[in-house]
Amino acid sequence: MSLSISLTINGEQRDVELDDPRVTLLDLLRERLDLTGTKKGCDRGQCGACTVLVDGRRVNSCLALAASQDGAEILTIEGLAQGETLHPVQAAFIAHDGFQCGFCTPGQIMSAVGLIGEGQAGDDPERIREAMSGNLCRCAAYGGIVEAVLEAQRTIAAGNGADTRRDAA
Amino acid sequence: MNRFDYVRPTSLAEAVAAAAMPGAAYLAGGTNLLDLMKGGVARPERLVDITRLPELNRVERLDDGSLRVGALVRNADLAHDQAFAATYPAVAEALLSGASAQLRNAATVGGNIMQRTRCSYFYDTASACNRRELGSGCDALAGENRHHAVLGWSPACIATHPSDFCVPLVALDAVVEIEGSKGRRHVTLEEFHRLPGEAPQRETVLEPGELVVAVRLPAEASAFASHARYLKLRERTSYAFAVVSAAAALVVEGGRIRQARLALGGVAAKPWRARAAEAALLGAEPGEAAYAGAAALALAEAKPSGDNGFKIELARRVAVRALSLAEAGTPARLPALPASVFASTTGARHDA
Ligand SMILES: Cc1cc2nc3c(=O)[nH]c(=O)nc-3n(C[C@H](O)[C@H](O)[C@H](O)COP(=O)(O)OP(=O)(O)OC[C@H]3O[C@@H](n4cnc5c(N)ncnc54)[C@H](O)[C@@H]3O)c2cc1C
Ligand code: SF4
Ligand code: FES
Ligand code: FES
Repeated sequence: MSLSISLTINGEQRDVELDDPRVTLLDLLRERLDLTGTKKGCDRGQCGACTVLVDGRRVNSCLALAASQDGAEILTIEGLAQGETLHPVQAAFIAHDGFQCGFCTPGQIMSAVGLIGEGQAGDDPERIREAMSGNLCRCAAYGGIVEAVLEAQRTIAAGNGADTRRDAA
Repeated sequence: MNRFDYVRPTSLAEAVAAAAMPGAAYLAGGTNLLDLMKGGVARPERLVDITRLPELNRVERLDDGSLRVGALVRNADLAHDQAFAATYPAVAEALLSGASAQLRNAATVGGNIMQRTRCSYFYDTASACNRRELGSGCDALAGENRHHAVLGWSPACIATHPSDFCVPLVALDAVVEIEGSKGRRHVTLEEFHRLPGEAPQRETVLEPGELVVAVRLPAEASAFASHARYLKLRERTSYAFAVVSAAAALVVEGGRIRQARLALGGVAAKPWRARAAEAALLGAEPGEAAYAGAAALALAEAKPSGDNGFKIELARRVAVRALSLAEAGTPARLPALPASVFASTTGARHDA
């Protein structure tokens, strides 16, 4: 059984033939579309490494069936920067040492972008920690991650992302 | 994962017809089903994707004052719906204490109430498990069973139902709306999940092919809006299932409890409504003495099913504290750590 689906991935429309309905969104991105920025940690919804935005909402792509996402708009870590200009969340992660080995980082960053879009946490570090609890970091860069989210949120709210991006680059 | 057929119906009737085939399963958010399929625990031959059924996506107030929440409404959307959270705060708090932000964005109302147990032997196809395969035995009985049931269990199965959402729902008399080939029926959430008895493989009253279309909260449930809480004890601060939890809701007038609701989570194969405890609270003066009495009644029948006797006292304490929190009143804004036993003060570090 072959299925054809159509997705907008990082702004680009892609028609995908699925020869097997078992493919998850994560495996589709990594193994069929060569977008390996999104990481596979646990493959079971327990670590957040695979976080991407589907129609603007952060989800675990390892537990999302690709076929079920037909028509959706997907944003992955590869689609975040504008050319050489980093997204404010990316810049803030660099400025605040929000990582060590970097494996969890694409998921952390996509989750943070989702969190800022949700607008629920405000500038309360405890709310940010709670809202980021779906992203584990084995290097325990949590302190830097929370600071990065706080700063990125301020940058985005102030609408001067470009300046910060230049400073950090 | 086994191979399966994938179908995506566009109407309710089509969905129910597509799922009539033996071996079919509904796919909603997929956050539980895909996990089980990856482990070979669930092996559906056909997935009926219900995510394109617009009639399942609505939240609506009905003429009788009840609220009808479609089965496909995402957990995060319901919890962050301001009108919903203001009217049913314990339900919103329970939702936000469950899983992670990413999972709540995908998880649906129907999928949440239908989620399967987290018993680790159920997840491991090399283990004996009556719930997965009736007659094979139960490896949890003599295994790791700290998190297993203390109420309503049987020697055939000692698993618990892991949902947070279901706990305040059952306290508030929620009703499940079900569509099947023979039409529509309504079942209270209290009756919806089954205790294991001799047939633990039958987890709910759903017949094969039946679809949950909505969950309803009756008009009376809004009476508790100002005094309702959910409290969830976990082994880590966030992103963990409940060891035990409680939903409590009160109406206090003239120094007396006029209405009381209490339900426990993590203690049984279903969300556990504590009716005897509720009855004992009626007319009582609010306070620890009344709550301790009620909690004792709620756990009166409890028995360890293994290395989990500690859960009985823990459940009593969580029930007392949930009732005290409900009496103190619903906070204007949900705490930074929803349902947490830590940090009652917004923004304070729980470990400071
Ligand atoms: C790491 C992790 C942590 C978690 N932590 C928590 C937690 O702390 N608290 C908590 O409560 N939950 C927790 N969960 C579970 C989560 O809440 C469930 O996975 C989710 O609610 C399931 O919803 P879904 O829409 O993704 O269901 P699916 O996975 O799509 O479906 C689940 C089951 O329900 C059936 N189904 C779905 N919709 C319907 C319907 N309308 N009618 C009939 N049958 C249907 C499916 O066939 C399947 O058997 C956690 C999950 C993970 C992976
Ligand atoms: S407790 Fe229930 S689910 Fe767990 S192994 Fe025993 S029969 Fe299976
Ligand atoms: S890989 Fe998806 S949550 Fe771990
Ligand atoms: S930076 Fe190494 S896992 Fe997070």
